[in-house]
Formats: sequence, structure tokens, C-alpha cells
Amino acid sequence: MDNFQPSKDYSIESRHVLSMEDLSPSEIETILELGLEFQRLSEDKVKKAPLLRGKTVINLFFENSTRTRISFELAGKRLSADVINISKSGSSSSKNETLYDTAKNISAMKPDVLVVRHSSSGAPLALSKLVNAAVINAGDGAHEHPSQALLDMLTIRQKLGSFQNKRVCIVGDIAHSRVARSNIIGLSKMGAKVSLVGPASMIPKEMEQYGVDIYYDLIPGIQDADVIMTLRIQKERIGLSPFPSLREYSRFYGVSPAVMKAAKQDVMIMHPGPVNRGVEIAPEVADGPYSVILSQVTNGVAVRMALLYLLGK
Amino acid sequence: MKKTLLKSVKILDPRKKTPFEGDFLFEGDEIVAISESIDAPSDCDLISGEGLHLAPGFVDIHTHLREPGFEYKEDIASGSKSAVAGGFTTICCMANTDPVNDHAAITQYILNQAEKYAVNRVLPIGAITKGLKGEALSEIGELKEAGCVAISDDGITVMNSQVMRIAMDYAKGLDLPVIDHCIDLHLACNAPMHEGSVSVRLGLNGIPSAAEDIIIARDIALSEMTGAHFHVAHLSTAGGVELVRRAKAKGLRVTAEVTPHHFTLTHEACKDYDTHSKMCPPLREQKDIDALICALSDGTIDCIATDHAPHAIVDKEVEFDQAAMGILGFETAFPLAYRLVLDGKISLLRVIEALTLAPLKVIHLDEKFFEKGARADFVLLDLAKQYRYDVGQSFSKSRNTPFDQWNFQASVEQTWVKGQKVFDRSEREKESL
Repeated sequence: MDNFQPSKDYSIESRHVLSMEDLSPSEIETILELGLEFQRLSEDKVKKAPLLRGKTVINLFFENSTRTRISFELAGKRLSADVINISKSGSSSSKNETLYDTAKNISAMKPDVLVVRHSSSGAPLALSKLVNAAVINAGDGAHEHPSQALLDMLTIRQKLGSFQNKRVCIVGDIAHSRVARSNIIGLSKMGAKVSLVGPASMIPKEMEQYGVDIYYDLIPGIQDADVIMTLRIQKERIGLSPFPSLREYSRFYGVSPAVMKAAKQDVMIMHPGPVNRGVEIAPEVADGPYSVILSQVTNGVAVRMALLYLLGK
Repeated sequence: MKKTLLKSVKILDPRKKTPFEGDFLFEGDEIVAISESIDAPSDCDLISGEGLHLAPGFVDIHTHLREPGFEYKEDIASGSKSAVAGGFTTICCMANTDPVNDHAAITQYILNQAEKYAVNRVLPIGAITKGLKGEALSEIGELKEAGCVAISDDGITVMNSQVMRIAMDYAKGLDLPVIDHCIDLHLACNAPMHEGSVSVRLGLNGIPSAAEDIIIARDIALSEMTGAHFHVAHLSTAGGVELVRRAKAKGLRVTAEVTPHHFTLTHEACKDYDTHSKMCPPLREQKDIDALICALSDGTIDCIATDHAPHAIVDKEVEFDQAAMGILGFETAFPLAYRLVLDGKISLLRVIEALTLAPLKVIHLDEKFFEKGARADFVLLDLAKQYRYDVGQSFSKSRNTPFDQWNFQASVEQTWVKGQKVFDRSEREKESL
């Protein structure tokens, strides 16, 4: 579909997408609208448009990821950009080249967009100050994962029409979740009402600064929700676990068919993946009629096409 | 011996209630007289003190000179020069060098290097435990014999309470203060900043204030039990201030210091992941700053110490959670303290006391102070001078400060050690033109 063009001249003011804090509601609206247009392209026979021909996108992943990296890679390729993937170990202290040297060297090769994932919060921001390219944060430590929040928001908007006064309940390890942080900021900005559910050891009290409701019990937290977003429990966590056992976690906070009975009739079930079946969500729920988990994945490519296009064109 | 007379200078003596205009005479390395008017003796150099304030030389009981072992960050020569540019005529260097200053031979080495290269007085602080491991005691008696004025495992907390108890018992017999870096390491979890609203926004683990308060409370209890002098290094929490206040009210041998950065900046300074705002203890909250300033003013906190902690670019220009902790301290200490005076939060003479007499008392240095027969260590200050601090001009080998390009009022114009001028800002300014 060589003649695919967005229906209007989309643009945003931000040079980088590092945090949902930096995006204005109208910028978020622009990204979501453009994402919807690109979804049409992904459903076409020839899933490619020459919108970023001659542009270079580098996926710079200092932390393992399959889903996000593939999603960005496909997004770039569908827009005809040259996409290169670089995976490195994340530690400057392990006698590797430092993050900053890596960044400066890659910058010297004149890429247009750098997609950065790093285990250290703040690394993409630091990088953005050193390079000429636009930087997209593809997940930094426990800080933010803005493209995930945007694809979640696209999924919600598609189904519910708008965000105004919609209730989104996020369940899980809020303290260590970059997905939760980006969603809380983005959804609140667009008028949704966010509540958080989890053991108190996973929800720092300073989360109140975002104007969210906090519940330590699952049922009262989810019963009015239009959307239930479950987070992945990090089974491989280093150090002290903030909960006693996976068994107890899944008994108290796992979204099971029994829990679903307390939820709204048409509730949406979301999960950023990869899913721990039987821990934070039961297989019957993950695969059930209310689940939009696979739409999230599809929307991921569309939203990332929008981001690459807006920053790279 | 050559005599020098400073005429008509405003004299800041922390033992007096107000500054007074007077003259200051010294001969060789000793003070001869300080009084309202001194007649010039024959063949004596005259210096005009017009427009300047004279104060005793500043004393910093918490510095890192990085030698031996980390000379790429700082060495005794560069650290000493930076210190006198900040007005510090006596500095106490912490033991976390490589090798650690846990042995008399290392103390001796530091003192030999200081003898050769330092332009001010360097007094080492010995390690409490061998290798700062928190297990076996260093040979503390020999450390004292070699010249250590206190013991501390600064940088790491002595987590084993039994080890700390024995250290305090032992140090008490030697009349050495025990300085502890008070952070519960389990609770701190290697976090890079204060736990609070900013760490939650940044997605970083935090060091809760309780991590500091817990160890301060433990050490106060051990001090009460053993009778040892416990000194709190770089106190940063309102809770810690309360604990020290109560300990002092009970008459315990507890003293405390505060750094200029802890009474100036909050955790908001970390908001763009600026590694120059990363230190331990971390920058805390406004309520902590308020408590610290109040405690410094009323004497609950005895003294100001810089925790001068030079780190090279390679230690700081990395991811926030991997960056080294600490910042430069010497050259910005006085102007930062003077901001409190300008804001009306503390008196000028109390600031001078906290930089001179009070820290000398903490390290039990029993010597004549700013009087006939005392070391001619002093500074000349210009309290009206307004300038922009440029870390590029620092004498330190490192550049890690959050205060670069800050506008300050009040400068150290000259620093004299044992009757010798070792720093003159006007010469420095000429050089940099």
C-alpha cells in the first residue's frame, strides 16, 4: 500500500517520549488517533508504507525483552525505516563500554530515532541529553514504559470510546512497575479514575500524590471497575520479596473466575504480558471473553508506528 | 621572628556575643594579641583589614582526601588546596582509602604526605574495624598513637551492634570519639536516594529516614551504656535531630554534625536523575531541612562538616543507580552556611562557632584557640561580596557538585595557616583572567 498516508498532518511538540509526564493530553490524543490509522495499515495485504524511508531506527536494549523489541522493530519496518537491534548488558560497572560512550558512538552514526530499554530508571533521559536523535523510552527500571501505557490507552479507548470518568483498576506490584506508573499518569491526564490494588508492601503510600484510590482488598477494588489491569508478578525478583509466597499472592490478588463474578458485566481484562498463568490471572480469565490481552499486543505495533512516525518523520 | 599586624578588621570570635572592630597581631606561627587596638611594634608588617571580617581558621572533621588509593579523584595536595580555598585550616580525613586507614603505618603515610604536600593541618581518622568490614577491631590504640583523632568506618555503618559496643568501650578508654555513618544497610537496600514522593515518581528505591534514625538510636543507647563519646556523622533527618536532642538533654556524650548540602537541598534535586545530587545519607525533605537548621542554630547539632567527597567524571557520569555517592564540600561550605545568616535563620557567630570551636571540641583537641599562644590559623572574609561559583576553577581534582554556577554572597578572601598566607582569592582571580 505504497500510497498510504495519514488522513491529516499529525505532529507533536515533544522531541522525545521519555515519560507520560511530558506528554500533554492533546499530544496523547494525537498519538492515539494516529495509532488507529496505522492499525488499518497493519490489516492490509501489504503492511508497509514508505513514510520513514531513508530513516534509521535503532533499538538499543540494555535489558532483555522480546515482545517490546519485536513490536518496535515491526513498527519501524512497516513504515519502511531501516531498523537495527542492539542488545547489551546494562551495567556500566561491569567493565563494558559505559552507557554514555555507547550512546555517543551510536549517535555518531546518525540515527533518527533511538528506542531505549534499560534496567536503570532515568537512563533514557540521560541518553536523550547526549544524542541528536529522538529518544523513545521503551522501559527504564521501575520508572516508566510510556509506549505500553499508550497502547493500553488505545485499547481502552477503542472499546469504551473515551476515558472520561472510566474506572481503571491496576492490580499487582505497583511499587516496582513502570507499566503501572505510566498508565496512572496517562490515564489520569485523560480523565479516567485510577485505583490501585495489591498488598500494602507493594503500594508505597506516596502513590497518593497521583490522586489514585488505594485498596488492599481485591474485591472492593475491582467491583466498580470498567477495566481491570493485572500486572506481571516478578517471580525472578532479586532480594527480599514483598509478599510471602506466590500461592498466597494468587489466593488474595489473583483474578480468578470467582473474582470475575464480583466485577462489572462488561469489564475489560488487560495484562501487559508476559502472563504468569495461575498467579496474577487465571487461564480462564486470560483467555476468556472479557480479555483484550491480544488486542493490546496488536495495538502495540500501531501505537509504536505512531511514535516512530511523529518523532522520526 | 617576623611580626604582622592586621589593623581595623571586624573580628569574629565565637566566644563573644557580637563581632567587634579591632587589631590582630601574630608573630611567626603564633597569635600574639587580639584586641580593640594594638600599637604597631617596630619592624612589623601591616595589613589593612578594611571591609573584611577576621575569623579563626575553619575546621572540617569530615573529609575524604582519597589518598592513598583513589588519587584520580583527589590527593592530599589537591584536597588541601581546595580546603584552604574554602577557609579550612584543619581537616580530618576519613579512613575509607585503599588501603583503609586501619593501621598505624597508613596513618603515618597520610601524615608524611601531608607534611610534604598539604598547606594546612591534616588530622587522620582511623577505621573502627579492619578493612571497614564491621567485624574485627582495628588496632585503635596504635592508630591514636600514630595521630588519629577519632575512629569511624564512614561510608559504611558498623551493622553488628556487639562490634560497635566493643568499639565504644575500647574508644572510651582512649578518649577517642566514635563517629558513625548511621544508615541501616538492610533497610537502605543499596537505594540511591531518599524514600519519598520523588523516589516514587522516579521509580527508584529509597533510603527511608527510619534507616538513619534506627542506627542513631542504637548508637545513643550504646553510648549511654558504655559512656563513650558518640558523634553522628552527616545527620540528615528530623527524627535523628529529635534523638540527639533527647540524648543531650539526658546529659549523654553525644554530638552531631550537619553538611551544607543537607541543610540546603531536598530530594527534589534528584528529579532529573542528576548524579550530583546523589549522596549518602540522601538529600531529604523540607521538614528535615527545617529541623536541621533549627538544631544547628540551638546547638543540638554541634558543628558543620563538609563530607567533601570528590568523585571523578567516570564515577558520576553513569546511570543514577550506579553512580558514586557524594559531592565536593570545601569551597561552597561557608557561602552556603552564610545563606542561613542572610535568611535570618542563624547568627553569624553561631555559624563561625560551628565551623571552628565546635568541631575542635568534637575531636577533643585541647589546644589554645584564637588567643595569645594559639596557632595563627585564620581567615579573612568578605561578607558583602557577590559572585558566581564556578566549579571549573576549583582546586579539587573532581567536579562533582550540584552548586556549580550558583550565585553566592560572602567569600573567603584569604586563608592563613600558622602565620603563612596559603590562599588569596584576589591572586586566584587574577590568574583566571
